[in-house]
Amino acid sequence: MRTILFLLQKEFLQVFRNRMMLPIIFVMPLIQMIILVNAATMEMKNLNLFIVDQDLSSTSRQLVDRFAASPFFRISGRSFAMDEAESGLKRGQCDIIIHVPANFEKRLVRENRAEVQFLINAINGTVAGIGYAYAASITAGYNRDILLKWNNPTAAMTPIKSIGVRTSFWYNPELNYKVFMVPAILAVLVTVIGAFLSGLNIVREKEIGTIEQINVTPIRKYQFIIGKLTPFLILALVELGVGLTLGKLLFDIPINGSLVLLFSTAAIYLLVVLGMGLLVSSLAGTQQQAMFINFFLMIVMMMMSGLFTSAESMPDWAQTANIFNPIAYFMRLVRMILLKGSGLADIYRDVVSLFIFGIAMLSLATWCYRKTT
Amino acid sequence: MNRFAGFVRKEFFHIFRDKRTLLILFGLPIAQMLIFGFVISNEVRDVGIAFYDQSHDAVTRKISDKIVSSGYFLPEFNIQSPDEIEKAFRSGKVREVIVFEPEFGKKLERLGTANVQLILDATDANLANLVSNYTTGIIQDFVTKSNQTTQRPIQIVPEVRMLYNENLESAFLFVPGIMALIMVLVSAMMTSISIAREKEMGTMEVLLISPLKPMQIIIGKVVPYAVLSCVNVITILALGYFVFGVPVQGSLALLLAECLLYILLALSLGILISSVANSQLIAMLISAVGLMLPTILLSGFIFPIENMPKILQWICQIMPAKWFIIIIKDIMLKGVGLGYVWKETLVLIGMTGLFLLISLKKFKIRLE
Repeated sequence: MRTILFLLQKEFLQVFRNRMMLPIIFVMPLIQMIILVNAATMEMKNLNLFIVDQDLSSTSRQLVDRFAASPFFRISGRSFAMDEAESGLKRGQCDIIIHVPANFEKRLVRENRAEVQFLINAINGTVAGIGYAYAASITAGYNRDILLKWNNPTAAMTPIKSIGVRTSFWYNPELNYKVFMVPAILAVLVTVIGAFLSGLNIVREKEIGTIEQINVTPIRKYQFIIGKLTPFLILALVELGVGLTLGKLLFDIPINGSLVLLFSTAAIYLLVVLGMGLLVSSLAGTQQQAMFINFFLMIVMMMMSGLFTSAESMPDWAQTANIFNPIAYFMRLVRMILLKGSGLADIYRDVVSLFIFGIAMLSLATWCYRKTT
Repeated sequence: MNRFAGFVRKEFFHIFRDKRTLLILFGLPIAQMLIFGFVISNEVRDVGIAFYDQSHDAVTRKISDKIVSSGYFLPEFNIQSPDEIEKAFRSGKVREVIVFEPEFGKKLERLGTANVQLILDATDANLANLVSNYTTGIIQDFVTKSNQTTQRPIQIVPEVRMLYNENLESAFLFVPGIMALIMVLVSAMMTSISIAREKEMGTMEVLLISPLKPMQIIIGKVVPYAVLSCVNVITILALGYFVFGVPVQGSLALLLAECLLYILLALSLGILISSVANSQLIAMLISAVGLMLPTILLSGFIFPIENMPKILQWICQIMPAKWFIIIIKDIMLKGVGLGYVWKETLVLIGMTGLFLLISLKKFKIRLE
């Protein structure tokens, strides 16, 4: 036990001796919170809409006005000619063209049916999909209204059935994308700090040559690993606290669940991350190598974890792969605890899985670390 | 010239000796392409839903069946009381609860109208929005169909054409972005690290007193990474074309020329960083924070720039990747020629010149 304490003292000294360390711990979350959260927004507003109204009837005008009134669209141009609109789309001046063909109103009255055309720049599939969903729902809303207004006498005799659909958005009534991103950024923060600090640690001692000095001491392998692990665990948890505070202050994200649960989940998750970092570190030959291996693992695992898009919509093989992706678990857990206030009863299976992962990872790291060269 | 060739050979040896890094350099673009292409999607599929049916009649059953059979949703369980709604969401399995009011069928029959409530877990705002739109669409479709037996209601039919990317493939968006990212990674980051390493190890001194001119040293350092970048670009384009069907609508020659220009830009950035950084770690940090992150976040790679706050939009303007991605998208997907992208190309040329000038000024031929 005493050996571990001395090792801990040494590691802490080493971490804090580095003048870059403290700024990194406090500035990194700040930068990530401000830039990442603001930049990483899939929130749809101000989609540029180009209007081509070739009908110019009161019906078509009312329909177009609905779009102008919506916060999701910004009218970027109007024209009578499709060519002009399409060239605008090509030049990137607008994202969506709404085309109301001539005789729109006439056909609607006579044939009870008329088409509106939407041309969408779909290079960004997400924006296009959501943009179209908004456009379609505005059109449908207008359709319902004229249905009620134009209800002609013949129809009144056989009343048209209708189902009122009311939608309520829980946990995030304003559909604020930041609420979705901030917990994810917290998960990223904890992961990056944990993985890179631990990943570069042992390999650095190897490069400098100090690892030999530790190898000749009677320190046991598990003591060495615990001594390396604990400081980073504490640092990463502090980092989580800093990030959470910033998230609350800057973006007022909801904290519905128990903080104790959040931090203990994070501690268990960190066992996995740190174990993985130490494993990379004891396998790599140079810092550059360790950095690249870490970098590769992080990018792949984060992308798969449902950082930007929900993990449930991924293909089945990706969901199967995610069983072995610790970031996916933590990403889900942070969101559930913070936003929905999930308790231990709701998440215990994930937590247990993470714990098993952590133990396995740490054992592997201890086993792979060789005191002989 | 012979000397120079020898120096370049030495650099290639350096690179090929480190098998793991090499593997990652070639593996990363492929892994990223596959992940972005196959995993990241904005499809709605198998979203967990729960029904809270207070009516249990033929109509609600029909609507429920219609919703379930649409393929977008996966019914997880049925809810019996309002308290269970909260519980369902907290378990994390359910994204949407569909509530039918009591006597739904009867009301629809007698009064001609009935209400259904959709409660969504909006922690993922975009998904919630899509899911509610899909569900509403299915329910409205049900109403339209059941009305059709009596008369045809007035209907505005939205017709949609998704231009440049009919099937909303995410690969279309990501191919240009991954190209920008990988080139920055290989050209800028690797170059800066490799020059910084010579400084750290002290071998830079040996190179400087050799008969090679400083200019030749730099060019020699840079050539292998330029070659690697070219290989990566071709890999990404081929993978995009053959696996994901991402077309090259415009001229391939123009596309490759623009890529070369961007490689040159990234290399000059790498040289600039290495002239500032003294150790590998610093070079790595500067390239990661100063180049990688902005390339991923502030270039329109994943997140549309127009949605960002004004200040960030201004910062985006000075990101080379932003201009490069615009050019590549326009050439590849919209099939336009130089006439449409000459402005962006000029910006890139200007940036390259500027970075080269600064790094030439900063490059020291003596070590302190």
